[in-house]
Amino acid sequence: MAERSFEPSRIPGFAAVAVLAFICLYLPIFTLVVYAFNGGSSMAVWEGVSFHWFEKAWANEAVKSATLRSLQIASSAALIATTVATLAALGTTRRTAFRGQTFIYVMINQPLMVPEIVTAVALLILFGVVKQWTGYQGLGYLILAHTAFCIPFAYLPIRARLEGMDLTLETAAADLYADPWRTFRHVTLPLLAPGILAGAMLAFVISLDDVVITEFVKSGGQDTLPTFMLGQLRRAITPEINAVSTVLLGLTVMLLTAFFLLTRKKD
Amino acid sequence: MNGEEKARARSVRNAWALSAPALVILGIAASGPLLIILIYSFLSPGQYGNVSWAFSLEGWIGILYSKDIFDGTLQLADAHLTIFWRSVKLSLLTTLITFAVGFPTAWFIATRPPKARALWLFLITIPFWTNLLVRTFAINEVVRNEGLVNTVLIKLGLIATPLRMINTDFAVLVGMTYVYLPLMVLPLFATIDRFDMKLLEAGYDLYATRLQVLRRVILPIVKPGIVAGSILVFVPSLGAYVTPRVLGGGKNMMIGNFIELQFGQGRNWPLGAALSMTLLIVVMAALLIYVRTANRGGAGHG
Repeated sequence: MAERSFEPSRIPGFAAVAVLAFICLYLPIFTLVVYAFNGGSSMAVWEGVSFHWFEKAWANEAVKSATLRSLQIASSAALIATTVATLAALGTTRRTAFRGQTFIYVMINQPLMVPEIVTAVALLILFGVVKQWTGYQGLGYLILAHTAFCIPFAYLPIRARLEGMDLTLETAAADLYADPWRTFRHVTLPLLAPGILAGAMLAFVISLDDVVITEFVKSGGQDTLPTFMLGQLRRAITPEINAVSTVLLGLTVMLLTAFFLLTRKKD
Repeated sequence: MNGEEKARARSVRNAWALSAPALVILGIAASGPLLIILIYSFLSPGQYGNVSWAFSLEGWIGILYSKDIFDGTLQLADAHLTIFWRSVKLSLLTTLITFAVGFPTAWFIATRPPKARALWLFLITIPFWTNLLVRTFAINEVVRNEGLVNTVLIKLGLIATPLRMINTDFAVLVGMTYVYLPLMVLPLFATIDRFDMKLLEAGYDLYATRLQVLRRVILPIVKPGIVAGSILVFVPSLGAYVTPRVLGGGKNMMIGNFIELQFGQGRNWPLGAALSMTLLIVVMAALLIYVRTANRGGAGHG
């Protein structure tokens, strides 16, 4: 009888299912991207590589303004969310437990728990009233809403970084008579920087991705790239949408790669 | 008050001061508005949408019952029940399928050599962070009448007319499974990765069969990961809005779309608010179960 041995990496069928899962995850995205480069306009016929649909999308004023608006909202929301998340992370880590700490955690992580559609409807009502009172219709509402749901995404990597940080350098700075502000500015902040940058990137991606809350909060003519796409899906679909998706996809992959390089543990 | 106590009080004050800006923003644009929904759910519907400020339970009653337009009697609203049932059914099925596929996938990733493992893990996170709409749209390209599946099947001569998959529950199920699979794989991977594979050999050396090892050794240990993955998939599935809207068409609504309808054409804001509160309560209950199980799991193995 052959010797019995258990090889965890060789449970029959598991590898096959896994590889199939990866193929199924990537095939649709891959198809989407490939057909963005199709010269023709249907799935059935491949008419050679062309940038036609990218040019067409870029020539479309609606796409252009939606792209710029998306970037404007995402960068504003990421900037504000990361700033307040950094402060909150500094406030909630590295000190002895205090009353209300759980409350702060729950508040910060609340956007991760509440279904988006519920927040969206709630903001629709609230901002509807405020719009009527103040007459202000600008992008401020979208930036505020995006900032709120970006906060936990910015907070988590910053907090993780802070908790893993060595206290000795800061103690050393204090021992050398650096005041708290200078210790923070010249020791804590540079050590924390990768966490802050990682948090800002996640916040940016999350804001760029949002459909539901934006769809409910936006005033007329305030389409972002995702809500513009959602509107288009109701009509006849042209590969122009594939082109827009491909650009959005490229942007996400780039930011994510940067994020992973930043947070990678150095061996 | 001695010095130590003073320092502690200052530390707590600083904690609140530093957290305050984040809390204010979240209070205005995340937590506070939920209170408005609660209030609106107890008001009467306005004639052209919005609400009129009179207390009413109609919103809550309207979740299950509809009033007969002729004699005003209450009847169970079949259309509503169909939507709830579809939402729960599709969310449970999504959870089950993502688990059936996600467990072997997470196992596969966790048992690769370290370098390859990082790469596989990266490959699972890319779809996770990719725009939800882009992924839903990608599935749309696969299942629609002139889509990938139908084009291939027709070219192969297997079918003459396209299979109608778009705008069905099936399309929504495929879409949600696709979109939420990474949410199942990631927590499963996290628990399997921490698991000492020597335990398996021990079990196996003691002449347990593969199935017994799976049931008696592996499953109890990865249980926290299973619970976490299931919650992470079930909760957003139940509140899904984009996927059913794009792949299900107007008829195959889920709760999320039903809520939107009340604030749009339905013009019944109190009902929409009551439905939102109900969804929120169900989700919170699911999260509570998760927290309890996670705590128990932690205590049991720590």
